[in-house]
Amino acid sequence: MSVVLFDTPGPRARRRVAIWSVVAGVLIAAVLVLAAIRLNQRGIFDSNRWDIFYEDTETWEALIRRGLGATLRAAGVAAAISLVAGAVVAVARMSHLPWVRMPAAALIELFRGLPVLLLILFIALGLDASIFTAVVGGLVLYNSAVIAEILRAGIQSLPGGQREAALAVGLTQGQTLRMILLPQAVRRMLPSLVSQVVVLLKDTSLGFIVGYAELLRTSRELRDFFGSRYIFSIFIVTAVIYIGVNYSLSRFATYLERRGSPKAAGGPPPLVVQEGRNV
Amino acid sequence: MDSVIDNLDLYWDGFQTTLQLTLVSAAFALVLGTFLGACRVSPIPTLRGFGTVYVELLRNTPLTLVFFFFVFVAPQVDLKFPFFTSALVALSLYTAAFVCEAVRSGVNSVGVGQAEAARAIGLTFTQSMAQIVLPQAFRTVVPPLINIFIALTKNSSIAAGFFTTELVAVSIRLTNRFPSDTIVILLGIAACYLAITVPAGILATRLERKVAFAR
Repeated sequence: MSVVLFDTPGPRARRRVAIWSVVAGVLIAAVLVLAAIRLNQRGIFDSNRWDIFYEDTETWEALIRRGLGATLRAAGVAAAISLVAGAVVAVARMSHLPWVRMPAAALIELFRGLPVLLLILFIALGLDASIFTAVVGGLVLYNSAVIAEILRAGIQSLPGGQREAALAVGLTQGQTLRMILLPQAVRRMLPSLVSQVVVLLKDTSLGFIVGYAELLRTSRELRDFFGSRYIFSIFIVTAVIYIGVNYSLSRFATYLERRGSPKAAGGPPPLVVQEGRNV
Repeated sequence: MDSVIDNLDLYWDGFQTTLQLTLVSAAFALVLGTFLGACRVSPIPTLRGFGTVYVELLRNTPLTLVFFFFVFVAPQVDLKFPFFTSALVALSLYTAAFVCEAVRSGVNSVGVGQAEAARAIGLTFTQSMAQIVLPQAFRTVVPPLINIFIALTKNSSIAAGFFTTELVAVSIRLTNRFPSDTIVILLGIAACYLAITVPAGILATRLERKVAFAR
């Protein structure tokens, strides 16, 4: 296999690669083992720091049903609203009427440029809304702006013939956008959209800061309840849950990307363009 | 309105803290991310594996959880930092994963033929990297990097929840003191963020267009 940086290695290069591979592997393993020994010395792996996870089911009930449940509820509601709102804003942003296009562009720039936490605070403190509304609202404002931009990029990446053909058979500008361009853009940008849902799901953890009882906040409540001796084990389990959910979604996005989109003209868009968007 | 004007010094402190958080962690993330990116495109399988695991772990972890680790968990195992340092470390480690991905896709975006031609005319590895691959990779990497640093600016707001007095923390403190001026205070903070993110966003879009035509 020849990649940009190097050709298919010959016997000498293969040996060199093998040696360095072992050296790097030993170094990494040594660091991990040292860390594990230090953690062990502090009794991190003792059963009295982990018993809350197998003695009774209450801990899991709190973490999964209440914590993860609240996280997924906020993420689900926010994602559903953001996708619809994002499509509407994208259509408005591409309108040929300047007094529709300009405000849409301004709103996108405004909400994309602000931290989600600040948007949540706006709704929680400024509008005096419930904390669930504030979290979902903040996520919706930010993510519908981002999703609108993703969809717009998708529409712009379609071959120009799609739009010309639609106009030629007599569809209006609006019909062309809604019936021809947008559906293809959604299919084409599906991987980016799923990645954005991962970002949204991660951002529900801002609820920790503003007092929405999602997964991370539930973990801290568990720590307060069981004592700080359990903080490490609770953290590990929480991290595994977050990473498990997000990683599955990310893999799904990668799968969609690989599979491509047979029903959209022109295949998937170049990947580099999307890099740095879903932070 | 007075609550904003009378407390401009607080705003200024918060703005400076946000800027410090952003710039210092951007520098660290750039160094670490480039190293990780080099790992991920290297011929050595263990280093590639290390890079992949790091990126997948950090990319799928909420930044709040990373903060949580350095502020609440790490002190339990004798890793105690001041809150500002914890914020820097959390932001740098998290952002490095995204820098790594940008660097990797930048290097991979250079045509295979470019490097093959460089080797064919007898350039050494260093020469072909310095004169052929990296200059081309750099162009594709810059716009996504700017986007990552814009996101970093916004992400630094999470430090507010972990005892660092940056812009959002200032706004929470001020709204507690002047509840009737909540909207005005928050708008002031929003303007501070937009002053950083909007110009940077415009710059990124411009550069992106330039790069697109240069190919």
